[in-house]
Amino acid sequence: MPNSRDFLRCSALAALLFTYIGFLLGAEEELSIAAYLLCGAGVVIALVLFDVFSAIERLVQANETFWQVLMLAGTLALIAVFHQDHYTLFLIGTIFIYSVAVLGINVQLGYAGVINFSGASFFGIGGYTAAVFLQNTSIPGSLTLPLGGLFAAVIGSLLLLPVLRTSGHYSALVTMAFALLMKVFLEVSEWLGGPQGLSLPPLEFMGINFAEDIVIMGKECSFYVKYDMVCLALLVLAFVFVRRVERSWMGLAMDAVRIDETAAACFGVNVTRWKITAFTMGNFVIGMAGALYAMMLSYINPSNFTFSDSLLFLSILLLGGIGSIWGVIAATAFMVVIPEKFQVVQEYRYLIYSAMVLAMILFRPSGLLPRKPRSYAMGGRS
Amino acid sequence: MDISLLLQFFINGCMLGMMYALVAVGFTLFFGVLDVIVFSHGDSVMVGAFAGLTFYLLGVYAVPGLPVWASAFFVFLAGMAFVAGAGMLISRFVIMPLRAAPALNTLLATMMLGTVMREAVRLFFPDGSNPKPFPRLLPDWSWKFGDVLLRFDNLALFVAGCLLIVGVAMLINHTRLGMAIRAVAQDAEAAQIMGVNFPLIVLATFAIGSAVAAFAGLMNGLYYNEINFNLGLLLGAIGFSSAVIGGLGNVYGAILGGFVFAFLQVVGTVAMPFSSAYKDVFAFGVVIVLMAIFPTGILSERQSQRV
Repeated sequence: MPNSRDFLRCSALAALLFTYIGFLLGAEEELSIAAYLLCGAGVVIALVLFDVFSAIERLVQANETFWQVLMLAGTLALIAVFHQDHYTLFLIGTIFIYSVAVLGINVQLGYAGVINFSGASFFGIGGYTAAVFLQNTSIPGSLTLPLGGLFAAVIGSLLLLPVLRTSGHYSALVTMAFALLMKVFLEVSEWLGGPQGLSLPPLEFMGINFAEDIVIMGKECSFYVKYDMVCLALLVLAFVFVRRVERSWMGLAMDAVRIDETAAACFGVNVTRWKITAFTMGNFVIGMAGALYAMMLSYINPSNFTFSDSLLFLSILLLGGIGSIWGVIAATAFMVVIPEKFQVVQEYRYLIYSAMVLAMILFRPSGLLPRKPRSYAMGGRS
Repeated sequence: MDISLLLQFFINGCMLGMMYALVAVGFTLFFGVLDVIVFSHGDSVMVGAFAGLTFYLLGVYAVPGLPVWASAFFVFLAGMAFVAGAGMLISRFVIMPLRAAPALNTLLATMMLGTVMREAVRLFFPDGSNPKPFPRLLPDWSWKFGDVLLRFDNLALFVAGCLLIVGVAMLINHTRLGMAIRAVAQDAEAAQIMGVNFPLIVLATFAIGSAVAAFAGLMNGLYYNEINFNLGLLLGAIGFSSAVIGGLGNVYGAILGGFVFAFLQVVGTVAMPFSSAYKDVFAFGVVIVLMAIFPTGILSERQSQRV
C-alpha cells in the first residue's frame, strides 16, 4: 500500500486520466473531439518538455499494484458512465479485445523476437472456431474461448518448422504468405461461408443470455455491458499472464533469445524451445481474443482478417512500444477510438494510420511508452 | 487434357512469370545494396501503371494525332522515369534514414509507405477506387496455331521484358556503375573506402529497380487491359516471395523465383479447376514448404555466421 502522498497523487492522476477519456468517448461533435485531442497532445508534450512525465513514470512504477487497481476501477467507472450507450460500450470492448490480441503478438515479437505477420489470421482462426462450434455443437459458449485459442495454437504449429528454420526477412515471408493464404482460403471456402462469413447464435453463459439488456441496481443497462465485463476479464487475465511471463525466468530466456540468439545458445538457453513456446503462447492468446471478438460481433467474415489487419496489430505494437504492456493498451485505445470518432476522416483513416506509423518509425522508433530495461538492483522489478 | 490448352496455360504462365520476375529483381537489388526489404515496391508497380495511364491521357490530349507506337513509347519512357524518380525520393527520405534501425522497423515502414501510396491513389486519383480500363497501346495482331492463340502484344511484352532483364544484368555485370553496385552489395564500407559514392549508388539502384517495376506495372495493365489501385499489394507479396524463393540478393534467383511462382499458380489452376481462387492458396502454401526446405532460398550461397 502506498503512503498517503503517493496515494493522493496516483488517485488524482488516474481520476484526471479517466475523466479525459470519458469526455473524449462521450464527445459527439467532431470539433469538440479535435479540441480534446489537441488539448491531450498539448498536455502530454508539456509534461515531457518540463520533465514531469518521467516523474509520473517513477511514481507509477513505485506504486505499481495500486496503479493497476486504479486503472481497473477507472475502467469500470467508464463502463458505468456509458451503461446505456451501445456504441461506446462496443468501442470499449473492441479496445479490450484488440489489446489482448496485440499482447499475444507482444509475447512473440516483443519477448522472443519471433516475427508474426499473420496475427489477424490467428485472430480469425479463433473467431471461426467459435462460430463453427457454436453453430454445430451444443458446447457452452465459455468453452469456445479456450477452444479458439487451442485451434489457433495448433494451426500455428504448422508454421513452426518453416519459421524456426528461417530467420529475418525469410521468416517474415513465411508468416506473410500464411496471412495471404488464410485470407483467400476463408474467402473461397464454402464450408466457412465464403465471403459472407458466418453468424453466431447469441452467447449464453451460466444462464445469462448475452443478447438481452439487463437491469443492474435498478438501472437499465445495454447488453454490451456484459460483453465488456467478459472482455475486461480476458484482458486482465492476459495482462497478468503476460506480466508473469515477462518477469519470470521464461521472459528472461526469451529476451536473451531475441537480443542475441547465438550468445543465448552459447549460455545454454534452448533457442528453439523458447521460440516455440512464445509463438504458441502468443497464438493461443490471439485465438482467444478472436473467439471473443466473433461472439461480440455475432457475425464474422473474411474482411476482418486481412493482411492489413495483421499490419494494424503490428503497428499498434510498434506505436505503443515493443514489449511494453501499458503501451500496447494505450496505443490500441488510440488506434481504435480515433477513426471511429472522426467520421469525417473515416475515408482517409488508412492513409492517416499509415502516415502516422511511418512518421513514428522515422522519428520515435521506440514507441509511445517504451519498455523499461530490466532492473537488477536489489528488490528491483523489470 | 489436350495439348493446346496446356500450351495456352504455358503462355499465360510465361507472361505472369516475366511480370513477377521483373518485380522480384527490384526486391533483390534493393536487398543487395542496403540489406532492406522495400515492401512498397509492389505499390511502385501500381504507381507505374497509373502514371502510364495518366501520361497516355495527357499525350492524347496534348498531341491529338500521335501515332500509337509513339504514344506507347512515350508512355513507357515517361512512366518508368516517373517511378524511377519516386523510387529515388523513397530511398532518400525513408530508406536511408532507417539504415541503422532493426529490420522489422524498415519492413513495417515500407509497408506503411505502400499503404500511403495505395490510399493516395485510391483517394486522389479521379474515381480511383474503381478499376480503370487501360488503353491498348499495341496492335492486336494474333496468330493461331491450331487451337493456340498467340497474341502479338503478349509476344512483344515478353520480348521487351527479356530485353529489359538482359539489359539490367548487363548493366550490373559489365559496367562501372554495375561494378560499384556489386561492390556496395558485398561490403558498403570497403566500397566507400575505395572511393565509391555510396549515396549516389543507392539512388542509382533505386532508380533502376523502380523503373523495372514501372515496366512490370505497364505490362500488367496491357496484359489485363485494366488496372486497379489494389494490384500492388498482391504483386508486391508475390514479388517478395519470388525474390526470397530464389535467394535474396541474387538477380538470377529472382528471375527463377518469379517463374517458379507463376508455374505454381498455373499448376494450382490446372490441378484445381473447380475454383481458380485456390491457386493462390496452393502457391503460397508451396512457398511456405519451400522455405522450410530451403531456409535461405534456392540459389543462395551457403553461409555460416561468424561470431
